[in-house]
Amino acid sequence: MRLDSKTPSGPVEKRWDNCKFENKLVNPANKRKYSVIVVGSGLAGGSAAATLAELGYNVKCFCFQDTPRRAHSIAAQGGINAAKNYQNDGDSIYRLFYDTVKGGDFRARESNVYRLAQISVNIVDQCVAQGVPFAREYGGTLANRSFGGAQVSRTFYARGQTGQQLLLGAYSALSRQIGEGRVEMHPRTEMLDLIVIDGKARGIVSRNLISGQIEIHLADAVVLGTGGYGNVFYLSTNAKGSNATAIWRAHKRGALFANPCYTQIHPTCIPVSGDYQSKLTLMSESLRNDGRIWVPLNKGDKRVPDQIPESERDYYLERRYPSFGNLVPRDVASRNAKNCCDEGRGVGETGLGVYLDFAESIQRLGQHVVRERYGNLFEMYERITGEDPYKVPMRIYPAIHYTMGGLWVDYQLQSTIPGLFVIGEANFSDHGANRLGASALMQGLADGYFILPYTLGNYLASNKLEKVSTDHPDCKQALEQASVSTKKLLAINGKRTVDSFHRELGKIIWDHCGMARTGEGLREALQQVPALRQEFWSNVKVAGGPEEFNQSLEKAGRVADFLELGELMCRDALERNESCGGHFREEYQTPDGEALRNDEEYSYVAAWEWKGPNQAQELVKEPLNFEYVHPSQRSYK
Amino acid sequence: MKLTLHIWRQRSTSEKGRMVSYEMADANEHMSFLEMLDVLNEQLIGRGDDPVAFDHDCREGICGSCGFMINGIAHGPRSGTTICQLHMRHFKNGDELWLEPWRATAFPIVKDLAVNRSAFDRIIQAGGYITTPTGNAIDGNAIAIPKEDSERAMDAAACIGCGACVAACPNASASLFTGAKISHLGLLPQGQPERNGRALRMVQIAQEETFGNCTNIGECEAVCPKNISLEVIARMNRDFLRGSFLWRSGSGGDGG
Repeated sequence: MRLDSKTPSGPVEKRWDNCKFENKLVNPANKRKYSVIVVGSGLAGGSAAATLAELGYNVKCFCFQDTPRRAHSIAAQGGINAAKNYQNDGDSIYRLFYDTVKGGDFRARESNVYRLAQISVNIVDQCVAQGVPFAREYGGTLANRSFGGAQVSRTFYARGQTGQQLLLGAYSALSRQIGEGRVEMHPRTEMLDLIVIDGKARGIVSRNLISGQIEIHLADAVVLGTGGYGNVFYLSTNAKGSNATAIWRAHKRGALFANPCYTQIHPTCIPVSGDYQSKLTLMSESLRNDGRIWVPLNKGDKRVPDQIPESERDYYLERRYPSFGNLVPRDVASRNAKNCCDEGRGVGETGLGVYLDFAESIQRLGQHVVRERYGNLFEMYERITGEDPYKVPMRIYPAIHYTMGGLWVDYQLQSTIPGLFVIGEANFSDHGANRLGASALMQGLADGYFILPYTLGNYLASNKLEKVSTDHPDCKQALEQASVSTKKLLAINGKRTVDSFHRELGKIIWDHCGMARTGEGLREALQQVPALRQEFWSNVKVAGGPEEFNQSLEKAGRVADFLELGELMCRDALERNESCGGHFREEYQTPDGEALRNDEEYSYVAAWEWKGPNQAQELVKEPLNFEYVHPSQRSYK
Repeated sequence: MKLTLHIWRQRSTSEKGRMVSYEMADANEHMSFLEMLDVLNEQLIGRGDDPVAFDHDCREGICGSCGFMINGIAHGPRSGTTICQLHMRHFKNGDELWLEPWRATAFPIVKDLAVNRSAFDRIIQAGGYITTPTGNAIDGNAIAIPKEDSERAMDAAACIGCGACVAACPNASASLFTGAKISHLGLLPQGQPERNGRALRMVQIAQEETFGNCTNIGECEAVCPKNISLEVIARMNRDFLRGSFLWRSGSGGDGG
């Protein structure tokens, strides 16, 4: 297979305009003759469903939560980037583009990133119009904060709840369309398979999570906005329900999966406290604006933090990266924290933690200012740990947070299956090997509000789509397969719970395909994961029956997919003999421990093609070209 | 830490439920309440019993999925905290806890502690939005919004739609939820054109969904994990009244 990114021609700043002009349009009166399925109701799926319905398409939207307002975008804290240059500090579309390409360690497509930077300014306007209560200055204008990986203040925020407010904005737009009958909403419904007829995506197989009923929904195109796959790690900052089932099953139907090993470890999470732990909680990266990160200078220093004098503290980020200091990108901050802990300088009971200290900011700005900026985050920290961060430094440790990899899409956001579009975190497109802070919300909304509605129209207008019915043999086959696989899970009746498999998988992936990877470790994981998968299919115990509200069954199906995806992540990481962004191979580093890319050999997108169960997947490469931002060693010194 | 848990078990909406008691021997103070239930469920699955169903997702207090009554208090004993962020250090060895789902006619029980809160969605669909189709927005700084207004709008917008307010209210009123959205949008200049009709429609739908009226008891505010103030109900009532006088159906605009 050859991958065509369909990147438009012309100078980078004109490409999206050219693309929009060249794309075919669907006549307004004809839009109501088309139907579109949107799976997922987060920032990407929710905004896409609402916008497509506004344009006149018939939309069916699906989410596994009990209401679209609970999609995991809601948990994003820090903010959303936009190249508005309201602060007069030298920002521009080109600078946001430059920062994002560089931040992604030169592993993203330039054209996509430029488009994202262009659209960023429209997103903020749209959200303000919807009533998103962004932070304001006393004069009534919008406030900004700075964020890791950038030297300008371009991040818009609503306290520490920006994701919530943006999602509620998209949810309100979606609700209006549901109320007006233009979107048919299916909450508590999970996608189990993609229906492909004559090579085109034409529908999905779904399971109603309350009744257990498995059914077929057909349409002229399918859009997946189902988020990332961070829960492969079991412990992550993702919601418990976040899963890769929709994208993975689409992958098994022919959609290529790109860069699975690019996962992001977020530097500021609350450390793990015990083995019953069910998830990790993120503390917004914006805290790094005013908090100083340090560990004791000496190994094994177990004194409480206020007993350690200044001279015996190591503010290691400020020391190593004087120009970015505590605001280095996430991958750099995370790796440095790990190194300090590996050296035996970690803090807290487990030794897996570093301090994030606000004492100086409280002295400089006053407690009221710190409270105003981060009050809810401080409260959350206190609720979870029982410690008051106004008095003692927070303890933080990196945790898996976001996945840059995902289904491969071209410039039109279309996967390798015609008619299957993938948006938001579910696709691989814009962040390369590392995502900058406050860019996930930007990408989700750019895809859903402003890109997909154009490119989907082009697909519908350029293809003659025959009517299909649920009697089609491909529909019947997919339906049968979904129900057989459900029954199979319930019939195993082994000895181990789904969670115990999931925890074990997570530990393998974290140890070998987490913050630092080695060829040896990855080869070991490639033995362990298939063995665990085999055990799963012979020894898992799933409670309850198929036709009822069965949370144990839901989890089992998702973990079955993670057990396959985890293996692909390790293969991809093993194949990429270089370090870039979130993918750090210990064999490939500079003398001072920074990631060492190999542009000669690895400047490509690694897209994997499914070849059948327990078969090795085939690697297809999409070469990356850099015409504007020339690859250089990333330096934040 | 050892606990005795009495949990409401109900297989489906149509079947009858009952309280079932469980001894929980393996709780510790660092666990969250839901992690303690995870441990219980692992044990139940291990011995071939049906695990306890409860809604949960983000487990960081923002998605609004989780919530049930602990000893008659929505989200349990700690104020301003969802159950997923309630930690076991707030309980002690030997405690006996009664766990029940939200109880309101408008929230039918799905299974055990999980309820159907789609009535909340229908209230939002009735008017909890600003009509602004994608693509035609003016510059974000074109309307100056006083910081205080924006902050107050944000206070109301912080609602997570968990349903605790309804569960705590003797009238099963959704006024705190409805008032929060009406206040959020009504405090902002962008929300003014539809202000009257919005209040009328949302309040009407809340009644049709069988939520009760507000009689100023204040239980909702006491249990709200996001500390939404009762003031939003006053704003809702004012906008409803204002709307009743000013809004004309079919006038095209919103009157006022």
